[in-house]
Amino acid sequence: MRNFKADNQLNMFKILEKKMLNPTICKMVVEAPRIARAALPGQFLIVRADEPGERIPLTISDFDREAGTVTIVIQPIGASTRSMVNDFSEGDSFADVAGPLGNPSEFVKMSPEELAAQRVVFIAGGLGTAPVYPQAKWLHEHGVPVDVIIGARTRDLLIYEEEFGSVTDNLYMCTDDGSYGFKGVGTARLEALVAEGKKYTQAVAIGPMIMMKFSALTCKKLGIPIWVSMNTLMVDGTGMCGACRLSVGGVTKFACVDGPEFDGYLVDFDEAMRRAAQYKAEEGLSNGK
Amino acid sequence: MANRIPRVPAREQDPKVRAHNFDEVCYGYNLEEAQLEASRCLHCKNPRCVAACPVAVKIPDFIERIVAGDIAGAAAKIAEDSSLPAVCGRVCPQESQCEGSCVLGVKFEPVSIGKLERFVADWTFANARDGLIKVPRDSGRADNGHRKVAVIGSGPAGLACATDLAKAGYDVTIFEALHKPGGVLEYGIPEFRLPKEKVLKHELDEVRALGVKIETDVIIGRTVTIDSLMDKEGFEAVFVGTGAGLPKFMGIPGENLNGVFSANEFLTRNNLMKAFRDDYRTPIHAGERVCVVGGGNVAMDAARTALRLGAETTIVYRRTEVELPARKEEVHHAKEEGIDFKMLTNPVEILGDERGWVRALRCVRMELGEPDESGRRRPVEVAGSEFEIPTDTVIMALGTSPNPLIARTTPGLETTRRGGLVADEAGATTRPGVFAGGDAVTGAATVILAMGAGRKAAAAIDEYLKTK
Repeated sequence: MRNFKADNQLNMFKILEKKMLNPTICKMVVEAPRIARAALPGQFLIVRADEPGERIPLTISDFDREAGTVTIVIQPIGASTRSMVNDFSEGDSFADVAGPLGNPSEFVKMSPEELAAQRVVFIAGGLGTAPVYPQAKWLHEHGVPVDVIIGARTRDLLIYEEEFGSVTDNLYMCTDDGSYGFKGVGTARLEALVAEGKKYTQAVAIGPMIMMKFSALTCKKLGIPIWVSMNTLMVDGTGMCGACRLSVGGVTKFACVDGPEFDGYLVDFDEAMRRAAQYKAEEGLSNGK
Repeated sequence: MANRIPRVPAREQDPKVRAHNFDEVCYGYNLEEAQLEASRCLHCKNPRCVAACPVAVKIPDFIERIVAGDIAGAAAKIAEDSSLPAVCGRVCPQESQCEGSCVLGVKFEPVSIGKLERFVADWTFANARDGLIKVPRDSGRADNGHRKVAVIGSGPAGLACATDLAKAGYDVTIFEALHKPGGVLEYGIPEFRLPKEKVLKHELDEVRALGVKIETDVIIGRTVTIDSLMDKEGFEAVFVGTGAGLPKFMGIPGENLNGVFSANEFLTRNNLMKAFRDDYRTPIHAGERVCVVGGGNVAMDAARTALRLGAETTIVYRRTEVELPARKEEVHHAKEEGIDFKMLTNPVEILGDERGWVRALRCVRMELGEPDESGRRRPVEVAGSEFEIPTDTVIMALGTSPNPLIARTTPGLETTRRGGLVADEAGATTRPGVFAGGDAVTGAATVILAMGAGRKAAAAIDEYLKTK
């Protein structure tokens, strides 16, 4: 059984449940009582699986305050995320899980009157589908009408359809190849919905940066304000390193402490995508480590 | 005459060799060398070295015991005032504190107080480990055993505070945001200056042996608040020693190019995340040529780390070498190792290539003008002096400021204009029961000052709880 506790005798971050949601994306329910008690929709946490592993920021996909658990969804991209998915099973423990980090979603701070006026649409893509869930659930519980558009390349890659069923007013599935639901990308679905007469006061996009960039462009065209959740590089997640800095309206912000959600109209996505690839060459090397 | 003996040099790794490894630069004294160096002390009636030490270590007294061969006695003498001698002996700016005030230094070289302190600490550790000596341990006052105190941050301030509180018998828990305790000693100061396994781990074991619990991965203000620690978890007092962790940037064009890093990121990847080791997965980027902007210890640490990762490294600083705030020894070591110092040079822009990566640092030459409010002569730009330094990486080491997270999430905790927590001489903040010290109050300073503040606050907390 894997269990790394050299410096941390007081906490155990045990994996209680592990499930592959599709061939690459993995869901885990992890024991982390302090984080579960404090977490709010929109926040993230950092996992360091074992001693040689990196600190990986992951958006919180769900939390259960009574059970003391948090849910995370992982896609193997680098050496550390691959190890988390391949080498860890139910009953194993991660060395470290720290959080919740970042600011909660803007909705959480709204007054009941402000909330009552909201008509929200989420645009979710890939791994970003999972962190939309706690936000949609929270809004649904607060009586706010919620539509969710989930997009993927093909049917096998769509996740969370079942979970969303009970927390949305309308769920729209899209695939690029038309193998399931609407044929086309999520932004095309949004444009079609607006053309059909749907009205939204706020959009939220969570997914790959390129998808959030086009979601922001589409929403700007449609006149819908949009928040995007920026999944930048990070080391500590508490404001110390500055690896996560990005330009928002020409001003440098730290995704970890100023975000992770920002006004999509103002984010410099091209810079953010360039910065996200900063360690590509070195990561290629570390894959061989 | 004591002053006829020249200062005993401490043995060091050959600069050509150490430029390619992360092993400690200085080997320190052996017993014979330490005793010879200790014999140089004049034992002044009014020791200026003690007055210049932020925690007033009884320097002539411990040195006297080294001469007598009573090293355990020397350790006990130091322990009366300092809880981290192995660390302070290595990282204190001795030349501006104890050694800077040494009377011998007026005509000759001052006594090598730092190296002697380090010798005593290392000797004590090695002999205690081998069972040759037993270090007496204060068992604490049992009557305080049920009273809980929280210490936030496991850097020098927090460790010193926790140590004293544990010795006074309190039930102390340290909360650390990162996955390893030690604060700047772990993430900031590199292995070649402060070995983690040999020195830091040992100091942490000592703190734990006193009964202090260390809970990592807890970000106060996010994971839990000070309010909930006090209201729900039963902590009767809290010490905030969260340091100054937020990096500063210059605000010049090009700072978001790929290849521009804060020294914090660069050093954290290398030290805390062990990027220099093949068995860790952490990536780090140095490239062929690195420019480090700044002149403090952090700038030296970043430059010497980049050098060891294989880069040709330049330090860019806007004043002259005289004003460099780094420890003299670090500047000396950096030069020996082959780091290029470009003084009176100030960056004005970072230039990128077509892929958005750094290709050069555009700088202007400076000259020193009239003294500014810090008393140092203000650097002034030389008109028309722009030039470019080709480079792959730029590391900004411009200082740090306190993290606002705790102040923002704790009602009643006031901050200064510069973001430090408002605290009195003893560490009491504007919130009853909450104390603070170290960089979180003063802004970026030194390990020894933070340690001193932690100890003062521990005494104030003891006083506060006794009368509560």
